[in-house]
Amino acid sequence: MAMVSDDVGSPEPKGSGAPVLLRLEAISKQFPGTLALDQVNFDVRPGEVHVLFGENGAGKSTMIQIIAGVHRPSGGRIFFKDEPISISSVHHARALGISAVFQEFSLVPQLSIEDNLFLGSEVHKGPLLDKVGLRRQAREVLDRLGFDLKPRDLVMYLSRAQQQMVEIAKAFRTKPSVMIFDEPTASLTERETDRLFALIEQIKKEGIGIIYITHRMNEIKRIGDRITVLRDGKFVATIGVEEASDQRLVELMTGRVIDQVFPAVHFAPKDNLLQIENLSTADGGVRDVSINVRAGEIVGLAGLVGSGKSQIGRACFGLEKISAGRISFNGQVVYEVRKTNKLGPRRMLDRGLYYLPSDRRQEGLVMMQNVRENIALSSLWLRTFSNGFFLRRANERTVVKDLVRRLDLDPPNVERALEHFSGGNQQKVLVGKSLARDVKLFIFDEPTVGVDVGARVHIYNFIKTLCEAGAGILLISSDLPEILHLTNRAYVMYRGELRAELPKAEISEQAVLGHFFEKQTV
Amino acid sequence: MAGAMRKQVELMGSIERVAAQVFVRGGVLPWFLVFAIIIFTFATESFMTGQNFMLVARQATYLVMVAMAQMVVLLTAGLDLSVGVIFAIVSVISSMVMVDHFNASGKEAVWGSIILGSLAGLGAGLIVGAINGVGVAVFRVPPFIMTLAMSTIVFGIALTITGGTPIYGMPEEFAGVFGYGSALGVPVPIWITIGFVVITYVLLAWTRMGRYFYALGGNLKASMLSGISTRYYLFMAYVVCAAITTVSALMLTARLESGESNIGSDYPLNSIAACAIGGVSLFGGTGRLANVVLGAIFIILVQNGMNLMRIGSYQQMIVVGILLVLAVIADNYRQKVLLTLRD
Repeated sequence: MAMVSDDVGSPEPKGSGAPVLLRLEAISKQFPGTLALDQVNFDVRPGEVHVLFGENGAGKSTMIQIIAGVHRPSGGRIFFKDEPISISSVHHARALGISAVFQEFSLVPQLSIEDNLFLGSEVHKGPLLDKVGLRRQAREVLDRLGFDLKPRDLVMYLSRAQQQMVEIAKAFRTKPSVMIFDEPTASLTERETDRLFALIEQIKKEGIGIIYITHRMNEIKRIGDRITVLRDGKFVATIGVEEASDQRLVELMTGRVIDQVFPAVHFAPKDNLLQIENLSTADGGVRDVSINVRAGEIVGLAGLVGSGKSQIGRACFGLEKISAGRISFNGQVVYEVRKTNKLGPRRMLDRGLYYLPSDRRQEGLVMMQNVRENIALSSLWLRTFSNGFFLRRANERTVVKDLVRRLDLDPPNVERALEHFSGGNQQKVLVGKSLARDVKLFIFDEPTVGVDVGARVHIYNFIKTLCEAGAGILLISSDLPEILHLTNRAYVMYRGELRAELPKAEISEQAVLGHFFEKQTV
Repeated sequence: MAGAMRKQVELMGSIERVAAQVFVRGGVLPWFLVFAIIIFTFATESFMTGQNFMLVARQATYLVMVAMAQMVVLLTAGLDLSVGVIFAIVSVISSMVMVDHFNASGKEAVWGSIILGSLAGLGAGLIVGAINGVGVAVFRVPPFIMTLAMSTIVFGIALTITGGTPIYGMPEEFAGVFGYGSALGVPVPIWITIGFVVITYVLLAWTRMGRYFYALGGNLKASMLSGISTRYYLFMAYVVCAAITTVSALMLTARLESGESNIGSDYPLNSIAACAIGGVSLFGGTGRLANVVLGAIFIILVQNGMNLMRIGSYQQMIVVGILLVLAVIADNYRQKVLLTLRD
């Protein structure tokens, strides 16, 4: 059993004598141009949750894709129940008893739950589908898992959480011995998360080994048994959950001490820039929320996914239907129900408010266009970039080149298409878009999603510079350390309502987290 | 000896690299063109002559124009199947107005009639484009359905107006100048087309509108969040498309010396084919004007060469279809190479 973690002296947790289900030995994976995995060791035992932890781009996804048969390793060996094996396809992995619940759902929305469960391995009766048998088997799987789903419902009408249940049922159908969960809570509300965790507890008891991928620290403590940390494709350590303090995890994950990631910001709050009073959105996602942001400060807006924090930012930009409330910007009322509506991207941009969306691929950037075109896109009607109709392309080039230098873009090639940059550098371009114009208030919606540490440090430093130059910043984030270390004040959202406003002195992990979840009535 | 060998290997290597570069950067089209020219030059005597090239250029003008128009819409991730019936309605309306005015003036107002007729045709074309634009941009009808519906509606209108018979009696100067005229030894339609290639280039590369067309097709949501009025520019794409198509339709009407409903039926497919061969993505956001122009010329060139080789028009249809699919397959392969090469 001398395979991993001699260097960290991992405590062999419960069931240490138990046979290992799956063992990876010095697995490497070479993609064109990058070494995604570099001699990584890993093992899973029956009945444990082994968390795979690391930044985006650390190699977590590549590793589980190798285990699930999506990719073949370029080097190293895989043992399944102590037999050396080579996993040739997803089908093969399934047959061995390895099932994965991937981040990207593998469901066909237009088909029913039962059809999805058996997609690719339909039950036949002669040349025809055995619909009755199919339905019975689907029912059995769902019942066993205790999912309250009707097999004939179409997947497209299900909520994200229900779709995830179908995904899990699909993985479960083949009675696996190893199950992989790839960031399963990314789109779940906390109630749905609770249910998922209860389910994981349940399947643990059946002796199934679970590989759980996440970059959320609080989840590790709730369900993890052991944790393996990867960084830049390399194995860093395997530790037991009891020795995994946040400090330790961040250091293992980033290779840096927290102070090196977050800059110290000097706040000098001045005039009120954004004033939101009693805001409610038409879809009920936000109810009666009042917040304000002043020039020269960074205000955090924390909460889980689905808590409504993102809608507040979007509403200020005119992207959400508002049902009640008032929004003022820079001393001017820009929205009041049934009285004024001066919202809308173009109008708010021209007033000096910039909303940077969280989903850079879907909403932020034109991936096939180059850096220059992307950075200039939201400023083309300004005199710097055009005379109204004709573009000033020489100007555009100079301005963008200058911005790219300030952003430290890698590579600093303004004519390169966005899709060929790393996530962190794409994010820098998104930030660059807002720097091409005169902005008084920045709304950053999850500015570091899918961004590596290096780029993250750059982005934080940029936010600091902007704030110290006198801009107001609303930082919407589900990343707790970001809220803790970067903001001057923080609001916490819970299910569409404002739960708390915390001044600088009171912002602590316990204080913020305490408001994230349902209050327990003891 | 060994040194010479190595040099040769190096030379071969660099030729391969250059070929790969040309393929990756320029796409398959240059290769198709060179290949076609070589085949036709050896297969026929009259292909490689100045006279024949001028013929190809003149015949290609109409399709080059429509292909550019189609490209504008394709960039926004749209599609215009109604370019064919824009030919029909423009031809019919312009010739009717021209003939009426010409006759009413006692065959005196030659240029007055030509200008009036052309403006009427332009108006008709723009109305079709505007209706397409409103349907797609405001009511969010899928472009395929919207322009398909418009092509039957407008074709029906054109046939109703004319009863299906051609309209004759336009001033001879119309055909004399815009159909058969030439300046500095080059036919007028070629001059006009060159002018429009320049105008379209400037529009796409040097104006906000052009930049927005690319951005809309590349990512509609990001464009909206960047403060662009996506509705207005989507609408404008169909209007611009119709405007360019209208000019082509007027030139063809002049060339045929009659107003007809049936003159444009090949253009929807051929213009999309020219764009696809020229590497324009049917999903929007990417495409180069020069390649579209070459794509249109390539289609006409192949038809011309096959005519000279006495290949029947039925067989020509087969060849053009095969070439279209080959071009797209080759382009997919190119994308793959591009991904592995990427710096």
